[in-house]
Amino acid sequence: MLRVGIDVVSVSRIEESLERFGERFLRRVFTPAEIGYALAAPAQKAERLAARFAAKEAAIKALDLAERGVGWTQIEIVREPAGQVRLALAGEAAAAAANRRLAVSMSHEGDFATAVVVVDAPADPSTTLESLPT
Amino acid sequence: MTDSIRRILADHARLSKDALTLPLDADLYQAGMTSHASVNVMLALEGEFDIEFPDHMLKRSSFESIGAICRCVEELTR
Repeated sequence: MLRVGIDVVSVSRIEESLERFGERFLRRVFTPAEIGYALAAPAQKAERLAARFAAKEAAIKALDLAERGVGWTQIEIVREPAGQVRLALAGEAAAAAANRRLAVSMSHEGDFATAVVVVDAPADPSTTLESLPT
Repeated sequence: MTDSIRRILADHARLSKDALTLPLDADLYQAGMTSHASVNVMLALEGEFDIEFPDHMLKRSSFESIGAICRCVEELTR
């Protein structure tokens, strides 16, 4: 069974959060690697953070984590050297995603950043073709 | 405490309704609070009440109404 989650975030609202809460906002929501990647390009900092926030929220939707008590830093967007991105999960988020394959894609244009996460959830292993009622 | 929470919601939640008169059980997400705005609300609550929301309280339902936020803050300041 496939599940999908999507989110859209205003880049200027992320800038506002940075101005209002500074380091606290960064540290509560983003991992050190994500912060490092965003700060490496000051002109694109807010766009990069906004896209990553959208990806975390998309993952929360796709994995149905809203009521599991998951911190945003448990969902990390990892950028591979060649530029592809993938999700790396920790803690409760990782437990919820056990045995599931994940894919993430992000984009931004103007004031908006968006992300989509697809989860490939295996069928219940106790339900095989043989055990289905005929 | 409720007045402080209402003021924080007015400043950070970007609601389409008046946070100062909203019923305690009104759904804040239905009133326009986005997930990102709820992060700002959480950070402002932490500053106002000198608390820190642990991961297990970072649930959608923790921030879904003024009453729900009150219960979280009470638990964290107890």
